[in-house]
Amino acid sequence: MSDFFDATVLARAQFAFTVAFHIVFPSFTIGLASYLVVLEGLWLAKKQDVYLRLYKYWSKIFALSFGMGVVSGIVMSYQFGTNWGPFSDMTGPVLGPLLGYEVLTAFFLEAGFLGVMLFGMNRVGPKLHFFSTLMVGVGTLFSAFWILSANSWMQTPQGFAIENGQFVPVDWWLIVFNPSFPYRLVHMVLAAYLTTAFVVAAVGAYHLLKDKQNKAAQIMFSMAMWMALLVAPLQLVAGDLHGLNTLEHQPAKVAAMEGHWETRRGAPLVLFGLPDMAAEVTHFEVAIPKLGSLILTHEWDGEVQGLKDWPPEDRPNAAIVFWSFRIMVGLGLLMILVGGLSLFMRWRGRLYDQPWFLRLALVMGPSGFVAVLAGWFTTEVGRQPYLVYGLLRTSDGVSPIDALAVGTSLAAFAVVYFVVFGAGIYYLLRLMRQPPRADEPGPQGDAPLRAAGIASVPPPRPAE
Amino acid sequence: MFDLALIWGLLIALAVLIYVILDGFDLGIGILFPLIKGEQNRDVMMNSVAPVWDGNETWLVLGGGGLFAVFPLAYSVILTSLYAPLIAMLLALIFRGVAFEFRFKDARHKPLWDLAFAGGSILATFCQGVVLGAFIQGIEVQDRAYAGGWFDWLTPFSLFTGFALVVGYALLGAGWLVMKTEGPLQARVYDLMTGLAAGLVFCIGIVSLWTPLLNAEIAGRWFSWPGLLYLSPVPILVLVSALGLYRAIRQRREVLPFVLSLGLFVLSYAGLGLSLYPNIVPPDVTLWQAAAPDKTLGFMLVGAAILLPLILGYTSYAYWVFRGKVRPGDGYH
Ligand code: HDD
Ligand code: HEM
Ligand code: HEM
Repeated sequence: MSDFFDATVLARAQFAFTVAFHIVFPSFTIGLASYLVVLEGLWLAKKQDVYLRLYKYWSKIFALSFGMGVVSGIVMSYQFGTNWGPFSDMTGPVLGPLLGYEVLTAFFLEAGFLGVMLFGMNRVGPKLHFFSTLMVGVGTLFSAFWILSANSWMQTPQGFAIENGQFVPVDWWLIVFNPSFPYRLVHMVLAAYLTTAFVVAAVGAYHLLKDKQNKAAQIMFSMAMWMALLVAPLQLVAGDLHGLNTLEHQPAKVAAMEGHWETRRGAPLVLFGLPDMAAEVTHFEVAIPKLGSLILTHEWDGEVQGLKDWPPEDRPNAAIVFWSFRIMVGLGLLMILVGGLSLFMRWRGRLYDQPWFLRLALVMGPSGFVAVLAGWFTTEVGRQPYLVYGLLRTSDGVSPIDALAVGTSLAAFAVVYFVVFGAGIYYLLRLMRQPPRADEPGPQGDAPLRAAGIASVPPPRPAE
Repeated sequence: MFDLALIWGLLIALAVLIYVILDGFDLGIGILFPLIKGEQNRDVMMNSVAPVWDGNETWLVLGGGGLFAVFPLAYSVILTSLYAPLIAMLLALIFRGVAFEFRFKDARHKPLWDLAFAGGSILATFCQGVVLGAFIQGIEVQDRAYAGGWFDWLTPFSLFTGFALVVGYALLGAGWLVMKTEGPLQARVYDLMTGLAAGLVFCIGIVSLWTPLLNAEIAGRWFSWPGLLYLSPVPILVLVSALGLYRAIRQRREVLPFVLSLGLFVLSYAGLGLSLYPNIVPPDVTLWQAAAPDKTLGFMLVGAAILLPLILGYTSYAYWVFRGKVRPGDGYH
């Protein structure tokens, strides 16, 4: 830790800080965009007012979160060049187009239709409006597709050659669909859906605790609980498959996740412990014999590699990876439990009026965000000390900027993010604290909703 | 075969121009905020761009992301060398971006978010102008890496281009507001516009004289025969547009002032392009030296050829949906 203030460490801290703030918003907006599509679709199909009310309620929250996602995202796309210049020069020919396609297929789509979605209900017919909501939802998924492809390529690179120190593309199909990409895409999209489901559930639970008759709150709570019931177990399966894929391509990361130092057959499953990088042991281990091998190799006596197989300078930070992985999995298991309980409550007819269960759902509100961040820390810290796994070391990718410049900008980001996004999150909570009302104002304000009757397409404002 | 690097050079230049025009007027609205009083007026000003600002800013992301993909060397060197003004720009964009939402969510702190919107817009614009100036001055490159100092970007010239861009975006914003508003607000904007137009023309003149002084090669291009002949339409058209703009404002035309302000921007931009071509990192890294391999350029070009027309299509549609005047009470609360 002697070089704590060196420019590389600071650049990493800055990247980790800004991306961690950014990912919080997509995790929520991806899920919420899809949820809004469903709500508006239900309104158009069933013509029940309550769905429109829910749509308007959540679209205000969406607008606020989306705005914060956009501004924090723009920072990310410039940071590769400012802080990671050599990395950008070397990987640009491969990674650049993936981000380029993200802009062309996703960002423009989201931004182009967002205005119509939020402000256009009075100006276009309901079908076109629904189409706009749909395009925003699809845009967020396209965005996830490309950015996760880029990230996965850095984890499991293939389809490239190295010429004059640059990674150059050889086969685009292999690059985009690199080995860890399908797993990461599925896992992340499910994570976004779960994150949203638990936020929606918490808001529903909060209002049910005050008024169990609130129809809108009942609907959102029930929808969110179906989501948790169905998706949380799927996430366990997806995560398990993802882990097996990681074992194949990045065994050092898995060794760190599991807290294994020695390579052995019949390895235990370490539940808790304190991995110690210097002493090369995991202290205070609580472990179940043989289960580690069973999970990772699906054999009682399968061989599992330990971190000592790699020289110390090639190992990721085991303490962080070990713990962030446990936080994520622990929360995943809790989510499964909540989903299961909801089925039981439903069967007993107590879904909307069992206070302890509603309080549990309320407490679980932020769990998705925590799990997402923990998951990303597992993935990214576990990739260290490389930027492009096995090929480009983090320390070789950083811009030749002095520590003072990076330190100053890091401090500026910290202050601005806490102030601005702090205020934003406060406003979000304030919106959520209000119950959905019968005359729910839409994002376009208190002006009477002329498009409220499904059939009437309002005359567009005359152009002058 | 196609010269893919050249095509991409033109496309990136086009993306940046579209960005400058679109985000120019919407940053301009923020720059004009301190000059126009009254909560209702400011609501109208903000609502005139609220549905489109995100799309406008996406062109900035395309400029950056596109550069990363097709000219990674330029992306790496330019962004590293302009570290401070770029980071400041990003932070400023955060303030003005969130203000669109926060301002209407918190009546008590509206003045605060007004300040964030105006301050963010002014600072972001100023930084973009500084970046432009520093770029024209030239960036020192050795062994594919930035080789200059940390404050090379900070010169009287770059500070002046920063100032010039603030004036320019304010003019675009004013042109937009004249189109989108009516009544006293519009009258106020007309009043401001004459001064802004004169200011911009003055700035264009200064930058045009200053640039050749910085760089002998550019001077040679403009002040030699027959270069002067080929390039002379640019300054002549600038003058014609400026006069037209003055008359259009006097006659209280509604659309023409905006169009002619855009004209001034396009002409200045073209003049700049003609000065710098074929360098993508002045003074000496060319398009071809910075370009990614053809395999990358081709892959991106297929997508761009299909997607850009689509994007322009639905973006125009969004503008069309929100056509016409913005009135108090419209839009967002
Ligand atoms: C799994 C999804 C995901 C991930 C891993 C990332 N993003 Fe993101 N990003 C989105 C999903 C997303 C989104 C859903 O499309 C956003 C989120 C906020 C928003 O609300 O749109 C967005 C917005 C967004 C924007 C603004 C787009 C606009 O102008 O409309 C940029 C420039 C980026 N992102 C760039 C990045 C970069 C460089 C990342 C990696 C380091 C990154 N994002 C990670
Ligand atoms: C949203 C998804 C992402 C998240 C949440 C994320 C998270 C992180 C975290 C937590 C770190 C710090 C790791 C450490 O310092 O030990 C990091 C580092 C980094 N990531 Fe990612 N990352 C994401 C996507 C990407 C993508 C798509 C790229 C590139 C195309 C990328 C490139 C980098 C780089 C260059 C670093 C800095 C070097 C480093 O510290 O590892 N990341 N990321
Ligand atoms: C329930 C059991 C779960 C298991 C077994 C599991 C497994 C994994 C594994 C092995 C990784 C690392 C992959 C790699 O770096 O190569 C990972 C990453 C991640 N996890 Fe989980 N996970 C679970 C639950 C969750 C939950 C509930 C969430 C969020 C709601 C979540 C979100 C993430 C995210 C965002 C990442 C980083 C992106 C990625 O690499 O996919 N996980 N998970």
